Amino acid sequence: MTLAVAGAAWLLAWWLNIRLAAGPKSAITRFAVPAVFGVTILIMWECVVRALNVPGVILPPPSAIALSFAHNTDILWIDFVQTFVRGALSGYAIGCGSAILIAILVDRSLFLRRGILPLGNFVAALPIVGTAPIFVMWFGFGWQSKAAVVVAMTFFPMLVNMVQGLASSDAMQRDTMKTYNATYWQTLIKLKLPVSMPFALNGLKICTTLALIGAIVAEFFGSPIKGMGFRISTEVGRLALDLVWAEILVAAVTGSLFYGVVTLVDNRVAFWHPSRRR
Amino acid sequence: MRSLLPVATVSMFVIALWYVMAVVMNSAWTLDQAKRSGVELSFSEIVFDTMEQERPRLPSPHQVALELWDATIDKKITSRRSLVFHGWVTLSATLLGFLIGSLLGVLLAVSIVHSRVMDMGVMPWAIASQTIPILALAPMIIVILNSVGLSGLIPKAIISAYLSFFPVVVGMVSGFRSPEFMQQDLMRTYNATAWQVFWKLRVPASLPFLFTSLKIGIAASLVGAIVGELPTGAVAGLGARLLAGSYYGQTTQIWAALFSAAILAAMLVGTIGMLQRVTLARMGMDR
Repeated sequence: MTLAVAGAAWLLAWWLNIRLAAGPKSAITRFAVPAVFGVTILIMWECVVRALNVPGVILPPPSAIALSFAHNTDILWIDFVQTFVRGALSGYAIGCGSAILIAILVDRSLFLRRGILPLGNFVAALPIVGTAPIFVMWFGFGWQSKAAVVVAMTFFPMLVNMVQGLASSDAMQRDTMKTYNATYWQTLIKLKLPVSMPFALNGLKICTTLALIGAIVAEFFGSPIKGMGFRISTEVGRLALDLVWAEILVAAVTGSLFYGVVTLVDNRVAFWHPSRRR
Repeated sequence: MRSLLPVATVSMFVIALWYVMAVVMNSAWTLDQAKRSGVELSFSEIVFDTMEQERPRLPSPHQVALELWDATIDKKITSRRSLVFHGWVTLSATLLGFLIGSLLGVLLAVSIVHSRVMDMGVMPWAIASQTIPILALAPMIIVILNSVGLSGLIPKAIISAYLSFFPVVVGMVSGFRSPEFMQQDLMRTYNATAWQVFWKLRVPASLPFLFTSLKIGIAASLVGAIVGELPTGAVAGLGARLLAGSYYGQTTQIWAALFSAAILAAMLVGTIGMLQRVTLARMGMDR
């Protein structure tokens, strides 16, 4: 019976989406089509889990996850503060901030730039999450070690982007600054920093995801009795999967919002870049 | 080639800084030991001791290099203490997951390019999924699959697969869309079918995008396989070496595992880079 409902919902949504997508693209259809798709997946999930009697320790239905979310808002909030505000955000600020400062220093020398760019690109592709046990050993179980992992993860992608950004002004613009007899600081503030903004914000966007991953994975290596990574790994052990899914929901929403906020800044600051032309 | 000297200089600087940090971080233990046995140490003695500790806070570069040599060349590769053995465990999960993930990713990208409904319905989710930390799902997948009776290679490969899946989808959609209107119009004047347009225009045009997204995908796959090894309780693999090292305070072992993971990542990305150069050169698309 429930399987039939699932099938009917699928067909209905499929038909609806084909109708919606066939029409002219507008702001409404742009939002409605993925929304219908998402809701259908949720309905299918709920119906299939109920119809086949999948045990809750393997896959809880969305309704159970929502219930668990509503019951455990206090726990989720504590974990959110511990992992995101203390671990991820502080590490993100330190990592990206220091990368920007070092990029400005590196930018003064062509030699250093040639040396650091290939190395930075190389390190940015390495599995840096692996440093988590080392930082946990150095800085203890608290949020400081998580922030340190986040610093290590965000530093190199940010550095590479920022160095490229600062070097992206063209020769004509630099010559103009020279004919104005501009000092180093004037060139930096009025030319180099503005032209580097699209690159900088691209780096900042990439780092939002890395920061959250770093903070969560580092908690798998040791943590006080709070935090999203800690909760996920211990509640999985206790087979309380509805709480695990609620925690993952928080992580997903946090990640998307974090990315969204940086994208908003990007749209305000770097609107002039050619890649934005429509 | 002109960047060889700068890169070498910066690398030398990093190694020198590492030695200095090793002295600074390990000297506390040295001084403490000396005080207990009532010996006064000269500066050179302190420096020498910080390089040779059994369980240093920060092992010096040559200790890590020795451990790497010891664990890869000197040990038999079937030994459980060999990094080649653990590296292979991780590598096999990475490769299997990468194959599954990138294949499914390309398939989904094909359907997104050819269907407006898929494009409008699925694509926003594929993009949004890149902003969320999917790695957080890893422990749950491992434990659930374990309770269903699957353990070992497959669960890790699944984590690797979904980590490499989304970058490939997003990259390949822009790849398949990269032919210009002019080229598409030309295909239409030839009366080409959708099948022909796909194989003769879209696929060749998408190759640069394919290799770029494969590079991102395989790096993500490796991270997935390593993290996938953590919740199983440190049985085998580089992730297990990391975890075991952190349980028993074997810092040199952690660093050696970390470096072998880095070497593995470099080899994997390098292999795809080489394929990219050879393929694009044959097609006349290299710059």
